[in-house]
Formats: sequence, structure tokens, C-alpha cells
Amino acid sequence: MGDQPPDPEYPSRQPWSRQGSQSSEPRRSRELSQPQALSEEARQMLLSEAQASQDTRSSLPRHSLRWSQGAGLPPDGNLPMMAPDARATSLEYSTGLGFPPEFQGYASEGRVSAGEHTTQLLLQQLQQGSGGFFQQFESPYQDPRANLGQFGFYPREEQFGEDTPHGPYLRDDPALPFLPSDLGFVPFHVEMPEPHARELAVQNAKAYLLQTSVGCELSLYEHLVNLLTKILNQRPEDPLSILEFLNRTTQSEWFHPKVDTLQDDPEMQPTFEMAEKQKSLFSRGGGGGEGEQEMEEEVTETVVPNIMEAAFYFQQGGVGLSADESFRIFLAMKQLAEQQPVHTCRFWGKVLGLSRSYVVAEVEFREGEEEGEEEEGEELLEGGDVLEPHGEEEAEEDEEKAADALPQPTWRPPPATPREESRTGANKYLYFVCSEPGRPWARLPHVTPAQIVQARKIRKFFTGHLDAPVLSYPPFPGNEANYLRAQIARISAATHISPLGFYQFGEEEGDEEEEGGAGRDSFEENPDFEGIPVLELVDSMANWVHHAQHILPQGRCTWVNPLQKTEEEEELGEEEEKADEGVEEVEQEVGPPLLTPLSEDAEIMHMSPWTTRLSCSLCPQYSVAIVRSNLWPGAYTYAIGKKFENIYIGWGHKYSPDNFNPALPAPAQQEYPSGPDIAEMSDPTVEEEQALKAAQEQALAATEEEEEDEEEDEDEETDD
Amino acid sequence: MDAESLLLSLELASGSGQGLSPDRRASLLTSLTLVKRDYRYNRVLFWGRILGVVADYYIAQGLSENQLAPRKTLYSLNCVEWSLLPPATEEMAAQTAVVKGRFMGDPSHEYEHTELQRVNEGDKAFEEEVVVQIKEETRLVSVIDQIDKAVAIIPRGALFKTPFGPIHINRTFEGLPLSEAKKLSSYFHFREPVELRNKTLLEKASLDPSLDFMDSLEHDIPKGSWSVQMERGNALVVLRSLLWPGLTFYHTPNTKSYGYVYVGTGEKNIDLPFML
Repeated sequence: MGDQPPDPEYPSRQPWSRQGSQSSEPRRSRELSQPQALSEEARQMLLSEAQASQDTRSSLPRHSLRWSQGAGLPPDGNLPMMAPDARATSLEYSTGLGFPPEFQGYASEGRVSAGEHTTQLLLQQLQQGSGGFFQQFESPYQDPRANLGQFGFYPREEQFGEDTPHGPYLRDDPALPFLPSDLGFVPFHVEMPEPHARELAVQNAKAYLLQTSVGCELSLYEHLVNLLTKILNQRPEDPLSILEFLNRTTQSEWFHPKVDTLQDDPEMQPTFEMAEKQKSLFSRGGGGGEGEQEMEEEVTETVVPNIMEAAFYFQQGGVGLSADESFRIFLAMKQLAEQQPVHTCRFWGKVLGLSRSYVVAEVEFREGEEEGEEEEGEELLEGGDVLEPHGEEEAEEDEEKAADALPQPTWRPPPATPREESRTGANKYLYFVCSEPGRPWARLPHVTPAQIVQARKIRKFFTGHLDAPVLSYPPFPGNEANYLRAQIARISAATHISPLGFYQFGEEEGDEEEEGGAGRDSFEENPDFEGIPVLELVDSMANWVHHAQHILPQGRCTWVNPLQKTEEEEELGEEEEKADEGVEEVEQEVGPPLLTPLSEDAEIMHMSPWTTRLSCSLCPQYSVAIVRSNLWPGAYTYAIGKKFENIYIGWGHKYSPDNFNPALPAPAQQEYPSGPDIAEMSDPTVEEEQALKAAQEQALAATEEEEEDEEEDEDEETDD
Repeated sequence: MDAESLLLSLELASGSGQGLSPDRRASLLTSLTLVKRDYRYNRVLFWGRILGVVADYYIAQGLSENQLAPRKTLYSLNCVEWSLLPPATEEMAAQTAVVKGRFMGDPSHEYEHTELQRVNEGDKAFEEEVVVQIKEETRLVSVIDQIDKAVAIIPRGALFKTPFGPIHINRTFEGLPLSEAKKLSSYFHFREPVELRNKTLLEKASLDPSLDFMDSLEHDIPKGSWSVQMERGNALVVLRSLLWPGLTFYHTPNTKSYGYVYVGTGEKNIDLPFML
């Protein structure tokens, strides 16, 4: 960078040279063109002023005014083309301030002739060695800014800047053939006021700028000062295109200063809380601090499976949560295993909800562990059942007492199908949910068959709160926790699959006949399982089997005859029993037995319910077999070698190609069976009554005649 | 999601459970760069994946300088070779409205749909059963277009409108603050505004014309068709569409990263009003 301030004559030559080189170039500015004659005269004026000036404070404004008045530089049309040259020359004159290049940068947009003007002005100023100007830059950037702000970068924006005899601003003089404000400067032939008037004009302009805006204490002057300070400090690239944004942010920063570093940002509070909770996941459980970590400690077996491995394989198939999320889930499940008496556990999946999602863990308690919460629920149910017969007995007594009792409704609610025992059927596993790893786990209640039956009929999104009611028709017996549990049961039963041969039936099981056709319901791992090649797994669905029991339409896995009365119900009067018997004969519901291959699954609209893929078609040697369920979108299974795993990540709804038709409300019930006692009959009319009477008399007469005839016959017989 | 920040975006959008396998990611990174060069796009977005029964479609979109200009859509079956799809027309939409069910995964597959058409032959007018064949490619085009118009979203302030007309990416977009990130009004539909003209002057008075020139999500029908969640301990806001399940939009508040991706079966959830 050449730092030599050239001799004062140089600036005079400079515009000449530029002028010469630029005149031939086409104009691309949108501003009005100027007669060429302006340039020389104006330049002379400028030069004379520049050399004569000594008052640094006002020199710049004077210059600026002069510039703006006098087309002191080549016509506007040529200005944009000066950018390359100007940049080149500015490098020579650069005083290390870096100021001119910035303006060059602005000018390069091609829209800023004013920038060019300013540049040259400032260059001239600097070249004259006016140190005062320099100082003005260094210190608060006030005045140069003000002056820059005064005429701005868009000449049109600032309507003022021209001198007039009567005041600081030249309003558009209708006598002029062109509008001075459009030009951005006053043509040369307008008289220039005396220097002191110019100072007055400057002060007036500044006073105008210092006016505070309505409603706040910020004035345009200060705002522009801030804005330009910010731009010069940050030196963004292409600041012109982001000018509006910078404008807005500068204003907002004035009113909303950055929060003190000592105070916590209130917005980030929930984030920090969550991070704290998750940090606790990462600390190793109980025991001493870090200093006591001994490497000799045995690495104990953990009941939590290798979730990271499963996540890796699922990721090969493009499924699953991100790696760090999976790791957090692993830690959360480890925490769960420590808190609860867990025998085995598994990451079941994630169910998405409206405001929160559920991370579900499938857990099996150790043998003999009592589930305390469940017993309370059972007692309530049983208590309810006991109350009912008492109520009915009392009603019967009342009936006997009252002479004219209301007819008792003969409808009894169908007996509730009893829930399956824990560890069997649909309740084989316990499920824990949490909304995010780090939050406490909540246990889901066991599922009842009624809930499964109703869950099949409704379709609702989960909100994410376990105690939210499920508003639907037919009414769902339970809240969202029950609905979630029911959906989990359905998904597990439908989509938990394993490669053929992984599980086998135990040899100690009795024959199927003994169990009444219910089928085997337990299995164990096959120690001799060799693994099926991935390609075969992908080709045929017969290589996969369901290892979860199918749920019957009744809502259970093993069928229960609903007509079998429990002991409590037998206390009821015998009348009801007799009425029920013989009315219904319920057929035993049978489902496909355990470990049936997937090829037996029903199709959905001519489409197979399962889709199999190799995880990577480019390297089939190392691929994993991925099976995707089309019936429950979101259920995936992978298998490779001897490993396999199921997962579900989705909204928790079944796929149905048809629209969902909500159940219609039941027809209105009949109050009384219609019969002659209560059926309304029309009264007989008078004619009918008379006819009837006549008929009766005839009948009477007929019988009398018959009797007389008989008597005569008898008399005749006796006579003979 | 922007092809340039593909990996990070996939990580952030993984909360919905579906993403891409590593081999697909690798092939996308290379092939999308080539697409950008060959077609001279200003920006290439990886739009998502439509799951078919036999194969999946991977969809990308190319944007020109003007961000709201109609986007070019490309599809691929293997993330390596991309084919340009024709722009969507209303006829296509009407034609494919009758097709139900999953995508097959084969672009040349044809759906058969029998229609009763009135055929006039001379004086007679009778109805004839006509079997209309609809190509899966057409269906793909119209489904992508519907999804774009319905649920492609962008945070407020990410684009700005210059006084000269074209809409540019706002390079100084610093992200939504946390308080704004949870509100539906801070997100706009990434399409030409439809409802904006219907707003009263009073409502428009408080809008900033350089930023608020698209429809916001507030007035989407049915109400509640967006699920707004905070994930990763409140460090990520995720919007999921319930109307087109599979559309996930993610944004890290106070940062510039945002994007949306669709991974799903390409079927609209018509049962939405029953499910809310």
C-alpha cells in the first residue's frame, strides 16, 4: 500500500485522468445524465476550496456540500464505471485506514454514485494531509459519520444538502427544468451562499437529524452513527444488500441490549434444566466418586441389551434415532434397571405424540416380584362387582314390597372379559415410558381385553401426556396411558418377528390337546440356531416367524368363554341364569398359533404386509436384512447372522387404505317390548259396537234355539 | 434440507425415526453436488424419500436464484442417477386423486382405474366403462407438489424480499429465539402466499413487508394439524405435520440451521379430523 500522500496537485490531475478514461464508457447509472460542461468548472471550484480550506471541522461538510451542489465530478453516468479505477487508485492512496476501499466496495454495487463522490472527496482531504480529518475518523466517528449520513449513500434519500439563500435546503424549484432533488445536487449555476451561511445550514441539518423520534429517545443521528459504527467494526461482506437488516438490528439492539453476563438468560432456562438432568445420566451409579473408580472392578453383566449395536444395524437400514439419542436412551434404561427389579429389558421403540413423544422400554420383572400398583386396581374392580349383586338384591326386595313396581330392565351388561394374568399373553411384558431420556420412567398399566377391543375401533393421536383423556366414540375405557398400552400390545403382537429357528418350543410342553386347543404360549431360544443367510431372509417371508402371540378378536391371546360365571355372579338370582343359558353359544376364537411364518399373513389390498430389503445394495456381502411392516408403518426388524431386533418408531396407528369410518351411535334402545298390554289400540267406533252387539245377540239367539231344539229332541225321544 | 448441510440435517431430523443409511448418505453427497453443477441450480435441497412397496424414491429439488420460483424436482431410485420430473399441473392432480394405496416403487407402473364415461355415438348416449391408466410417475409428481404446497415450511426471517422483486436467502438470519420458536406464527409456508391477500389492513399493518410475505402456519386448517415439540433437551424444535405424516421440520433456535424432510408413504392422512 503506498502511503505517500502525493502532492496537492495530484488530486487535480486525478479526476482528469479518470474523467478521460471513463467518458467513453457507457453509462449504466439510473440517475439523470449531466452536461459534461459541469465537470470542469465544478472541479475547479472544488480544487480551489480544497486547497484553501484549513478549518478541518467544517472543511468536509463544505466539500460535501460543494460536491453535492456542483457536480464536482464527472457526470453520474460515468460514475459507476469508476469503481475499478477508483479502487486501483485508492490502493495507492490508502492511508491504512481502509476507509476508501470500503467505499469502493459500496460503489461497486453500481448504484452509489455518492459513494464515489465521497471517496474522492475524502481522498482529497487525506491527500492534503488534513490531519484533523484523520482525527475525526479515529475518535468517535461522529462528524464524518454525520456528514456521511447527511448525504447518505442514496443521493435521492436525502432531500437536503443544497444551499439556498433563504435557508439551508433547496426545495425543488419549479423554475428549474429538472428537479434538483432528483439530481442529487444543485446545478452549477445556482448561487452558492457565503461560508457562514453554509455553517448555519450544516447546523440546521444536524439539528434536524438530532430530533428524537416519536416514542423513543433515539434520534436519526445517533442511529446512523450506531449503524455506521457497527458496519465499520464488523466489516460484513456486501453490506449494501444487508443494509435493511443492519438497520433493524441496530435499532433493536438499542432497545434490547445484550443481557448481562452474570444473569441467566431466561429463555434458555428449560434447556439448561434438561441438560442438567441428562448430565446425571452420565454419572456412574452409586458408590464413590471418580477417584475410587478401580479398573480391577469386574465388569458386571447388565440386563440392558446392547442398544448401540441395534441402533447401528438399524441405521444401516435407514431407520432409528441418531447415535447420541440412542446412547442417552441406553443410559436411561440402565438407570431404570437400577431402580426397578428388572430381569430383562429391551428398547421397544418410540411413539410420537403431539406435544411430547414416548420412549418405550419393554421390561420383564424378576420372578416373584409383586406389582403393587396392579393389585390396587384389581381390588377396585372386584369391589365394584360385589356391589352390583347387592344392589340388585335390594331392588328385588323392593319389588316385592311395592305393589306396582316399575318393570325392571332386563338388559345386563355383557360380562367383562377377564384380563389376562401378568406374564401371559398380551401382558407378558411390562412397559415403562418416559418422554425423554433423563426424565423419570412411568409404568404403564396392564391391558384389558376391553381396551384392546375398543382401541381397534378408534384412531387418535397421542398427546404426550399419560393422563390425558381419550375422547372418542365408542368411548375408550381409560385414559391415554391405557390407550398407549393397548396400541403397544397390538403392535407387539403384529410385528414382533424373528428369523425362523431362532426360537423353538420347549420340549417339556404338553400336547396341544391338553391345553384345549389354545396352543403353546411359551418358547425358548434355540441354542443350535445357525443363522439364516441374509439373502434368504430377504427373499422369502417364510424365513420369519411371529414370536408374539396373536390377539384374538376378544382382546386376549387365550380364549375365555364369557359365559362362564365367576363365583360372585352366581350369587345372583337364578332367574337371570336361566334367561342367559341357551341364548348365546359363543364360538371359541382361534388365532394362528405361535411361531407361524410371515408368509401366512393376510394381504392388504393385494399388497404384501411386509417389505424386505437389503440394507445396502452396493455391498450385499455385508448387508443386513431389513423387514418393514406395511400394516403398522414404523415397525422395523433387522437380522444378520444370529442377531436380530425389532423396533417401532411411529405414530402408533395401523395402516388402512380406506378412510377411517367412526362407529355410528347405537340405535335408540327400546324401553318396553311391544305387546298387547302397552300397545295402543284404537277405540271401536259406534257402528262397530252396534255390529258387535248385533252379532252377540244373534249368537245368543242361535244358542237358545239350539237348546230348544235339543230339548225338543229329547222330549221327542222320551216320548218314544 | 440443504444439500450442503446434509449430514447435520439428517442427524437433527432423526427424531422421527426415519432417515438414510450411510451408503445413501454418501451417494447423496456426491450426486447432489453433480446435480447442482449440471443443472446450474442455485441451491439443491434433498426433499425426502417416498417409501414404496418394492423400492423407494429419493427426491431432490433444485432452486434458482429467486427462492419462491417454481422448483424443479428430481427423483432417483438409487441416489446416484437423477431424473427430472415434469412440473405438476392441475390435470395431473385431478387424475391422480382417484389413486389410493401405496406407491409401488416402479416409475413405469400403471394404476388402473375404471371409470364410467359417457360416450356419445351419433344419437345414442350410453355409459361405457373405460379403464384409465395412470402412471406412477404422474402420481409421484402430483403428490410431491401437494406436499410442497401444503406442508413445506420455513422459519420467519429466513427469506427476505427485496424491493425489486426477487426473494433471497437472508444471510443474516440468526435463527428464531427460543420464545418465538414454539409459536406457529413464526413459520411460513414455503410457497406463494394464498391467504395473505385476504388479510385485513389492520393485520397487515404490523407485518414487515420484507419478511412477512408468505402465509404463516397459524391459520392452517384443520387447526392442530402441526405437532410442535422440543427435542434434545429443548435445544431443537421439531414440527411434524399430521396431515402428511412423515414430514419433519427441525430448527435449532438461535442458529441458522433449519430444514424439512419428508420420509413417508406419500399418502395424505384424511382421517386427521377424527384423530385430533
